[in-house]
Amino acid sequence: MPKNRGIRSVPACLLIALLGAPAQAEITIALTYLRHEEKAPPVLSNLDPIPADLGIAGAQVALADTETTGSFLGHYYKLQVVSVAPGGDLAGAAKKALAASSVLLLDASAESVLAVADLPDAKGALIFNVASGERRLRDADCRPNLLHTIAEDAMRADALMQVLKARRWTRTALIVGPRPRDEAFAATLRAAAAKFGVEILAEKAWTFDTDLRRAAGKEVPLFTQDLPDHDVVLIADETDDFARYVGDNTWLPRPIAGSDGLRGEAWAPVLEQWGAVQLQNRFESVAKREMRSRDYAAWAALRTVGEAVTRTNSTDPGKLKAYILSDAFALDGFKGRSLSYRDWNGQLRQPMPVVNARALVELAPLDGFLHQENEMDTLGLDRAESACAAFGGMR
Amino acid sequence: MRGLWGDEMRSLFPCSVVVAVAAVPLTAAAGEIWVTNEKDDNISVIDTTTLEVVRTIETGERPRGITFNSDHSRVYICASDSDAVQVMDPKTGEVLHELPSGEDPEQFVLAPDDKHLWIANEDDAVTTVVDVETREVVAQINVGIEPEGMAVSPDGKLVVATSETTNMAHWIDTTTMKIVANTLVDSRPRHAEFTKDGKELWVSSEIGGTVTVFDVATRSEKSKIGFGITGINADLIQPVGFDFTPDGKAAFVALGPANHLAVVDMTTFEVEGYVLVGRRVWHVAFSPDHQQLFTTNGVSGDVTAVDVAAREPIKSVKVGRFPWGAAMRP
Repeated sequence: MPKNRGIRSVPACLLIALLGAPAQAEITIALTYLRHEEKAPPVLSNLDPIPADLGIAGAQVALADTETTGSFLGHYYKLQVVSVAPGGDLAGAAKKALAASSVLLLDASAESVLAVADLPDAKGALIFNVASGERRLRDADCRPNLLHTIAEDAMRADALMQVLKARRWTRTALIVGPRPRDEAFAATLRAAAAKFGVEILAEKAWTFDTDLRRAAGKEVPLFTQDLPDHDVVLIADETDDFARYVGDNTWLPRPIAGSDGLRGEAWAPVLEQWGAVQLQNRFESVAKREMRSRDYAAWAALRTVGEAVTRTNSTDPGKLKAYILSDAFALDGFKGRSLSYRDWNGQLRQPMPVVNARALVELAPLDGFLHQENEMDTLGLDRAESACAAFGGMR
Repeated sequence: MRGLWGDEMRSLFPCSVVVAVAAVPLTAAAGEIWVTNEKDDNISVIDTTTLEVVRTIETGERPRGITFNSDHSRVYICASDSDAVQVMDPKTGEVLHELPSGEDPEQFVLAPDDKHLWIANEDDAVTTVVDVETREVVAQINVGIEPEGMAVSPDGKLVVATSETTNMAHWIDTTTMKIVANTLVDSRPRHAEFTKDGKELWVSSEIGGTVTVFDVATRSEKSKIGFGITGINADLIQPVGFDFTPDGKAAFVALGPANHLAVVDMTTFEVEGYVLVGRRVWHVAFSPDHQQLFTTNGVSGDVTAVDVAAREPIKSVKVGRFPWGAAMRP
């Protein structure tokens, strides 16, 4: 990739050795990255395997970033990574992790996230959801000990719809994959389309059960031939299975968007502005791969803890949470605006890049999408829409 | 609607912030403003009398920081992606040689005796000290992650480096070349300057949206300056470069995507007013007579000349792509 990125390791550990004794009492905060592994379904292409350290590498880069500040202040961070196999004893691992650390970075499905957050041991802990974009965790199923650094799925869909609306590409057709996650994202796309005045003129279920790789050029034109005229093909394909074979094979020459093609993402390798290239460099030097949204969510969670510890000089999860949800909190997320948390459901408020494979197309919220408090809140569940009551007493 | 200038990237009318052209003061003393164009790999030289680009000079890749030595016989340019500091004869525009700079030099400061160049290596979390005569690296000092702002005290005894991700000002003793203190500032510190009397250090925090003023003797926080412009979201007010009037009375602070300069009273630390300039304003430089201030506007690709006394924009001058640094040559 033709980028001018000098890949260098950051000598974070050197700082500790080189600098004198810190002025204040030393404190240590322990964090656990707890992953409940999921068996990924088989997909057609082998081109983009899911990295084994997805998410974890983001936490590790954030640890190095945070340790430098900590080394100047006498604040020490300990990160342990625990990965539970599919069907393994997640509750047992969570109890063990919570006994050792009061901050969890939780990489699991919505169901598993709730199972951990509802453990008696988790009362008073600070848990970051770094993997599930499901609405219910920000809605009726929110929890007072649970913050979300991964973008809500609706934030991805809303960001995309803002771009389609701004382009006046408002006539769409939707192809929905066969898996439950595909239908869930299709529902999110429908809601976002309605929110921003984008029409979905027709929908089709993806029914192919053959290896399309050799037949896409014959099959996909026929599959899309009976769609009413449209500007964009929306695709809900959340397991990254078939969407790549739809692009450039459609009956009409139309761009694809949604799960592939033009899409909203919390983070993407094409980001270079707002200092993002620095973070990409640090990440690539550690992980030897490009940074993805889940890596960014884990990075943001650990950086959030670091920022709160730095400013409050405390490791008490209650104090940290109060600071994180306060107006004083401002996280530099390399996306041009300071990041903060929604005090109605604990979601990290952030700009959402809308990208294609090669470039940043727009950074949502786009100009003209207004909000009475903060334009970033045009993306995802807003205060009035969320049924979350767990954060009621925070302000 | 939101403030007309409220957003850095997406205005329907990209030229809408080019301000109305007022009469150019005829009294301005002759001089030049040298502007590095980060995405064009060159320098635009603006004549401060005619307010026109009179020369364009090629540089290394991604030029950012730029500074002249005391007698203006040499100009130093951070060519970030060439991993070098270029030394240029400003008369001929010829690159005389390069200095070893460490990886990805972004900003630097030249010691008052013109001997040592202190360079922030953004990708490497170090500050590199180079002797400009022997062209050798004298020291490399580990600082926080993404060092950027560099300042030297008027007596040359202290250098401060600020690190964007570590959120600190690192105070370095120039005799021992060791860090003597680290002080926290708000998120993403970008620029640092000592006041001319050496008593205060100012540090801008881009994401925190503040400027912190330190008392140099005690290295303690003396004041924190916040900003607010009607119609512009608070999180788009992102202070970056700034400079002081020579009488020590006013500071002009570039506010990034807020597309304004703030004018700060240096005694009360109150904001006295805002001046509309171009989009994504990065850095500033005074004309030789200090009657004009020039701002580099990264996104609109121009430089705004501001009347310092009237605190009004005079004219915006088109330069190259992504103008970043600015330095004055009499």
